[in-house]
Amino acid sequence: KIKYVRRTEENTTPASIQAKPAPSGTAHARSNSAPRRRRRGRPDPPHQAARMAAASAAKRMLPDGGADDEERWLAEGIAGVQQNAFYMHRALDSNNLKDALKYSAQMLSELRTSRLSPHKYYELYMRAFDEMRKLEMFFREETRRGSCSVVDLYELVQHAGNVLPRLYLLCTVGSVYIKSKEAPAKDVLKDLVEMCRGIQHPLRGLFLRSYLSQISRDKLPDIGSEYEGDADSINDAVEFVLQNFIEMNKLWVRMQHQGPVREKEKRGKERNELRDLVGKNLHVLSQIEGVDLDMYKETVLPRILEQVVNCKDDLAQFYLMDCIIQVFPDEYHLQTLETLLSAFPQLQPNVDIKTVLSALMDRLSNYAASSPEVLPEFLQVEAFAKFSNAIGKVIEAQPDMPVVGAVTLYVSLLTFTLRVHPDRLDYVDQVLGACVKKLSGKAKLEDSRATKQIVALLSAPLEKYSNIVTALELSNYPRVMDYLDNATTKVMAVVIIQSIMKNTTCISTSDKIEALFDLIKGLIKDMDGAQDDELDEEDFKEEQNSVARLIHMLHNDDHEEMLKILCTVQKHILQGGPKRLTFTVPSLVFSALKLVRRLQGQDGDVTGEDVPATPKKIFQILHQTIEALSCVPSPELALRLYLQCAEAANDCDLEPVAYEFFTQAFILYEEEIADSKAQITAIHLIIGTLQRMNIFGVENRDTLTHKTTGYSAKLLKKPDQCRAVYACSHLFWTDDQDGIMDGERVLLCLKRALRIANAAQQMANATRGSSGSVTLFIEILNKYLYFFEKGIPQITNTVIQDLIELIRTEKQSDNTVADPSTEAFFASTLRYIEFQKQKGGSIGEKYEQIKTT
Amino acid sequence: MNYIIGAFKPPCDIFVTFSDERSRKQVPIKKDNGKTAMVPAFQSLETIAGEVSIAPVPGKRLEHTGVKIELLGQIELYFDRGNFYDFTSLVRELDIPGELYERKTYPFEFSTVEMPYETYNGTNVRLRYILKVTIGRNYVGNIVESRDFCVRNYSPVPTINNSIKMEVGIEDCLHIEFEYSKSKYHLKDVIVGKIYFLLVRIKIKNMELEIRRRESTGSGANTYVETETLAKFELMDGAPVRGESIPVRLFLTPYELTPTYRNINNKFSVKYYLNLVLVDEEDRRYFKQQEITMYRLLETPQSS
Repeated sequence: KIKYVRRTEENTTPASIQAKPAPSGTAHARSNSAPRRRRRGRPDPPHQAARMAAASAAKRMLPDGGADDEERWLAEGIAGVQQNAFYMHRALDSNNLKDALKYSAQMLSELRTSRLSPHKYYELYMRAFDEMRKLEMFFREETRRGSCSVVDLYELVQHAGNVLPRLYLLCTVGSVYIKSKEAPAKDVLKDLVEMCRGIQHPLRGLFLRSYLSQISRDKLPDIGSEYEGDADSINDAVEFVLQNFIEMNKLWVRMQHQGPVREKEKRGKERNELRDLVGKNLHVLSQIEGVDLDMYKETVLPRILEQVVNCKDDLAQFYLMDCIIQVFPDEYHLQTLETLLSAFPQLQPNVDIKTVLSALMDRLSNYAASSPEVLPEFLQVEAFAKFSNAIGKVIEAQPDMPVVGAVTLYVSLLTFTLRVHPDRLDYVDQVLGACVKKLSGKAKLEDSRATKQIVALLSAPLEKYSNIVTALELSNYPRVMDYLDNATTKVMAVVIIQSIMKNTTCISTSDKIEALFDLIKGLIKDMDGAQDDELDEEDFKEEQNSVARLIHMLHNDDHEEMLKILCTVQKHILQGGPKRLTFTVPSLVFSALKLVRRLQGQDGDVTGEDVPATPKKIFQILHQTIEALSCVPSPELALRLYLQCAEAANDCDLEPVAYEFFTQAFILYEEEIADSKAQITAIHLIIGTLQRMNIFGVENRDTLTHKTTGYSAKLLKKPDQCRAVYACSHLFWTDDQDGIMDGERVLLCLKRALRIANAAQQMANATRGSSGSVTLFIEILNKYLYFFEKGIPQITNTVIQDLIELIRTEKQSDNTVADPSTEAFFASTLRYIEFQKQKGGSIGEKYEQIKTT
Repeated sequence: MNYIIGAFKPPCDIFVTFSDERSRKQVPIKKDNGKTAMVPAFQSLETIAGEVSIAPVPGKRLEHTGVKIELLGQIELYFDRGNFYDFTSLVRELDIPGELYERKTYPFEFSTVEMPYETYNGTNVRLRYILKVTIGRNYVGNIVESRDFCVRNYSPVPTINNSIKMEVGIEDCLHIEFEYSKSKYHLKDVIVGKIYFLLVRIKIKNMELEIRRRESTGSGANTYVETETLAKFELMDGAPVRGESIPVRLFLTPYELTPTYRNINNKFSVKYYLNLVLVDEEDRRYFKQQEITMYRLLETPQSS
């Protein structure tokens, strides 16, 4: 049945065609009444003919030329356009329709070039475009004058022999035709869009159709437009734009597959420059008034998607999906979500779906955020389920998608659900679960971008709910975190803690705390294989400080629960290793002491009952905790904490406990604290604490005070000894009613201090030849004054008077160095005595006896 | 025959006028000297009537052996130039032998003349109609004056006018299907059709539609065939892909076409063809030619 075309290899035959330089011009000439004569009788301007002949000769050359060549070709093209435009204007001025057609066709013939890149071609096109506007105006006037009916004109331009100029002219007249309303707009448009199929060359076709789109934009038979026809005309308008869009897209896609393979990349780039020509159609569609939701749902979207899916082109699919999302209203997207989403899994495997889909979700979530009254719609269309489903399918359809892509999708989905369904925590968990599923079977993430996305994924719920408690309910949250590398886990943990701090969230159950510590375990303990060497000391401190702060945030008014919390925290922080304990233990200790004080506050109610949360128990915990510090080792800290605990135990009337804590403190002092400065600090702390203790029985107290004074006297430097010893004097005199008041021993201590001070001075004399300052004496004097005022009988005004004299003598001795601060100290001490004298009263009377001068 | 003309000033002027000359449609025809002249147009079975006016040079007497007017339909083949073959010949005697002193007017009428063939000016052949007035003279040659007129015959709209539809191709290389809506077109018609690409494996550069006229003259061994491309109309620019269909719309008005003439008096034929040409990037041409029948449709006033 098939008949075969005779195939001729005669390259010589077409010579006659090539010899004719400007076929389009001649074609118009043929429409004259005496065509051939005319053609011969009215040649083109000679230089013009020569130029075009040269151009056609050049056309046979290889299309491979540098940028210079292209520049030159463009210049030639522009020159051609300008020249013909000049003749065209002259014809327009003289109302010579035939010449106008002839020269306009010649001008448009310049657009037949295949040698320009899209960018340059566009430039040429714009030149011609401007001229075509003038021609259109001329046509309009011509038809208004009645010298040529628009119908005739519509036929006349179709006599042009070359298809490209013919179609440009046809579109131009078509525009006038529609405006004249002599025929329904839809018929003209349909004809135009159909005829434009004649251009199958991608670049030229795209520009021609873009021209068509341009001139028809304001002439669509849209609802409310002056070109609106019968009831159905909106369909025609939509059909027209759709068809033009489909054809343009086909041409655009085809561009990728034509030409040599080595220029593939370049073509991709060129195509990218042209994409807006295609996308503009979608924009036009979105502007059509008559495209309501039904229309969009039934016709527009399915048709566009069909084209997008079927074109199987990465670039086009990506761009057009994005375009759809950007140009049509959110409301439409929401109502057609299923259709729209169903297209995604069908796209090519290399299409960057995540970006597009994320854009869609972002848009919709913005939409939801902007007007809360649309939220019911989201629920109605089950937006979340659809998105979730679609993402699953997309990930399935694109097995090569990098993890970062999948995670980005989940981040978008999460953002979406957080904005749209803030109350649906299960959705959030679902998203995280899906993400875990995707990540499962993979090792920890190495890709820094993916990691970043996961951090974003995990941070989103924190930001949204500003309450970590919510996040803790998400069972999949820690599972996602497991996929992060150690450094990122830490960063994430810090984020979580910061979130808690910022919102002063109170986490009040041990379960949640268990979960929380699971999340931040990167900070709590050393991770497997972590390289600690690389750690920045400052960062580490920062992190651990934040953990310490976090511990303070854990609180529950219920004591029992609070105890559980403490146990949990203890369990976790004890795993932290020596470096962390110094940061975390104090927090825990003080947190526990806080509880102790609370329990103590309601002592009456709870004692005797069988409640688990007794101070005793807490002290046991504390004991363990502080003991852990010994391995650090950090004896000074442990000592302080023991003392704190002892004091708390004191307040709770738990003598043995307090005693035990003191014992521990002393052991530390003896065994661990070797530095003399640390010893000084420690001894003063011990003295201060012990002074406040009031539960110890005589025996215990004696033991402890004895020990303390013993330690004091054994300090290395004499001044330190002296100071510690006079400080010990306070241990024997408390203001409490039933406290110890042993004036004898107070005096003993002070005297001993004086002795030591004396010894110190002599030692200084012996070694340096000058007997140091008398500051120690003045300090001791002050102590005397203190106890004098307290009314200790053993301290009499005589003793004080003697001491003052002693100081005076010492000061005046030759080898005493005059020290202004000592002078001032002594002067102000004396001034105090004077002041008390003058004030009178019982204390004033006591002082009467003391002479200061 | 009329060698006197041109050599001497003729002894009289002869004018042939048609009775409805003013109202009759005039059409351009090409004369021997290549100039175009406007002549009245007739169709077959019309009555051709008018007047012959003979005006002798004042003061001269014109003796003659009788005056006659002939209506001739002639075919001239250019390989045999100057030799006219008369396929129609009608004679009316206008005057008996006598003398003319002054202007004299003779009415004539050929009623319902059968003129089956149309006036045609081709590459190798010419068909013409003339009115020839002969004043017979003794001794000196006859005085002859002729006047051209044109015949155009109109055909009714054909009752059967099938579309032309065909699938052609080169195996594994190119398959196309083309369709022209009609096989018979009148001279002001529009060719509408579609080219459908079923398979494209060659790099096509463009596609054009040509209208070609094939004029064959003579018969047997002496047949001369002349083909002329009257129209070259680009249909498509660029390379189509499988499944594309390209519309065809070609207005015939701008081209000088005649109806199809089949075997006119066994002397010549004129046929028209549509030639679809595909040109590939190496300028190779692939084509398929289809005959179409042209006819002349009576132009009705309302047609625009």
